[in-house]
Amino acid sequence: MAPKFQGVDFYDVDSLLSEEERAVRDTVRSWIDERVMPIIGEHYVEGRFPKQLVPQMAELGLFGANLPEEYGCAGLNNVAYGLIMQELERGDSGVRSFASVQGALVMYPIYAFGSDEQKRRWLPPMAAGAVIGCFGLTEPDYGSNPGGMITVAKETKDGWVLNGAKMWITNGSTAQAAIVWAKTGKLDDVNSIRGFIVPTDTKGFSAKDQKGKLSLRASDTSELVLQDVCLPKDALLPKSAGLKSPLMCLTQARYGIAWGAVGAAMACYDEAVSYAKNRLMFGKPIGGFQLQQARLAEMLTEITKAQLLCLQLGRLKDQGKATPQQVSLAKRNNVSIATDVARETRRLLGANGILAEYQAMRHLANLESVYTYEGTHDVHTLILGQEITGLNAFN
Amino acid sequence: MKIAVCIKRVPDSETRVKIAADGKSLDEAGVKFILNPYDEFAVEEGLRLKEKAGTGEVVVIALGPPAAQETIRTALAMGVDRGVLLQTPGLHPDGLETAKALAGELKDAAFDLVLFGKMAIDDYNHQVGPMVAELLDLPCVTTVAHLEIAGGKGTAEREIEGGVEVVEFPLPAVLTTDKGLNEPRYPALKGIMAAKKKPLDIKPTAPGPGALEILSLTLPPERQAGKIVGEGSAAVTELVRLLREEAKVL
Repeated sequence: MAPKFQGVDFYDVDSLLSEEERAVRDTVRSWIDERVMPIIGEHYVEGRFPKQLVPQMAELGLFGANLPEEYGCAGLNNVAYGLIMQELERGDSGVRSFASVQGALVMYPIYAFGSDEQKRRWLPPMAAGAVIGCFGLTEPDYGSNPGGMITVAKETKDGWVLNGAKMWITNGSTAQAAIVWAKTGKLDDVNSIRGFIVPTDTKGFSAKDQKGKLSLRASDTSELVLQDVCLPKDALLPKSAGLKSPLMCLTQARYGIAWGAVGAAMACYDEAVSYAKNRLMFGKPIGGFQLQQARLAEMLTEITKAQLLCLQLGRLKDQGKATPQQVSLAKRNNVSIATDVARETRRLLGANGILAEYQAMRHLANLESVYTYEGTHDVHTLILGQEITGLNAFN
Repeated sequence: MKIAVCIKRVPDSETRVKIAADGKSLDEAGVKFILNPYDEFAVEEGLRLKEKAGTGEVVVIALGPPAAQETIRTALAMGVDRGVLLQTPGLHPDGLETAKALAGELKDAAFDLVLFGKMAIDDYNHQVGPMVAELLDLPCVTTVAHLEIAGGKGTAEREIEGGVEVVEFPLPAVLTTDKGLNEPRYPALKGIMAAKKKPLDIKPTAPGPGALEILSLTLPPERQAGKIVGEGSAAVTELVRLLREEAKVL
């Protein structure tokens, strides 16, 4: 069996964590070592989400872990939540994506914009993993510009009728419930965007697997089609109001991604260090050569910076002070450096680095998606640009 | 069922330990400490027995430094009801003194079962459980790999050389648990949060000096890197030659 993962902690960041935060992290870390690492390479190659892990994740309390206990959630603070995401993505970005979507993009909007009745009905079974959710915002022609969406919801006497299509939907084919965002007014009115809880067995709703992915292969990605989907009045999330609402969900998810990316980077760095010490070439370990040392020094530096960035962001979030722009900075930086760390590890491993037996190339391929989803790297650049200058460069 | 589980805080065998400047203790800086893995089987078994009975209490007792509170909270997070720390300034090397302190705590508490891991992974002594049984004058079954409790008595299976020994014993009793008894649960996140609110009694304890003294600790010699002789049947001749001439094992 592979040695247990020890994390990367060059600056004694552990001493900045509480005992519970460390305990949460350690629980998820051992679970990943014991249950995910032995199977993930195979699932990735075969292009299958490891569905059998869902009940275990629920039992551990990983879904919506920062939501209150009264809905069956763990009631953790945001740092502990972030550490969960870090450890999950140390396993695989697909596994972390599953938990991110369920918690930050499905349970969070029900918690934030739902009625008391919706919260009571949906959150406990979602925390228990009995109901899986997905989040439908992105459309085939509206990715970075979600306000342009053309999915519409028409109000009728008895409720709502939804028409449209959503694309790149994580958990789309697995889900029993979809949070679908649609315009209830004119197509140029972004303020008319509202959220709906759509049971996926509703007539007119269909989900189709996105084929041919070379990234996030251990994750379910689908296209959703809504054709005259009739919903009762209480399918509407009553407190959702305009584009701001789905963007608030994205801020939650991006926060988790910033932590998750650190996990993926740690996994690669750990692999790089071990390989560099053991692989002999020209009669000595390749770690003894300056070029590899430069790679490793760079990786450790960037991981340490990213780690501290997340921790402070988490503390700010717990104080209710974190801004979406701060979250953008962390998502942008951390995913970017994690991708670099994965690529450099892949290269350090030479030919072995292309094998599924090692982690680096799987993480590298995954991180290209993570770089692109939940606000591309470029979109976050513009969000920061606007924050700095006050000038909007989006259009 | 009222069950006591005696647990110990030990260094994680996965962390690289360093020997302190005095040459006879561990340098704890940077060392991760965990709940002794054999004690995890004992905690899990205690929880399962209570869950099966539908009623009762599982209490963990540890002897150790203040930091052992964290180890106790790991057990509380798994579902144990309360914890007791017999707090000492540091690790105590003497098994008998440890056993005396634990027996003192257990003596009047009327437990149906007292569970231990079969050994602690730091000192490999295998002795505290049987010593406590002796001090309390209770039957003791060690290295239990399967356990049934019914009608005031228990049946335990022990894996012995070449077979399985089945032992019957009356309650109360002291048992030490082996790998294979069960698969310990993960402390769920809700359990970790709940652990903060569970009672943890801290009792300053001063075990006697005991008769044991640690004279020195040394790390095992660094292992030499392996050598790949070749591949397939072509390598056999060379391998046999090396085993005979270099390793001198043939």
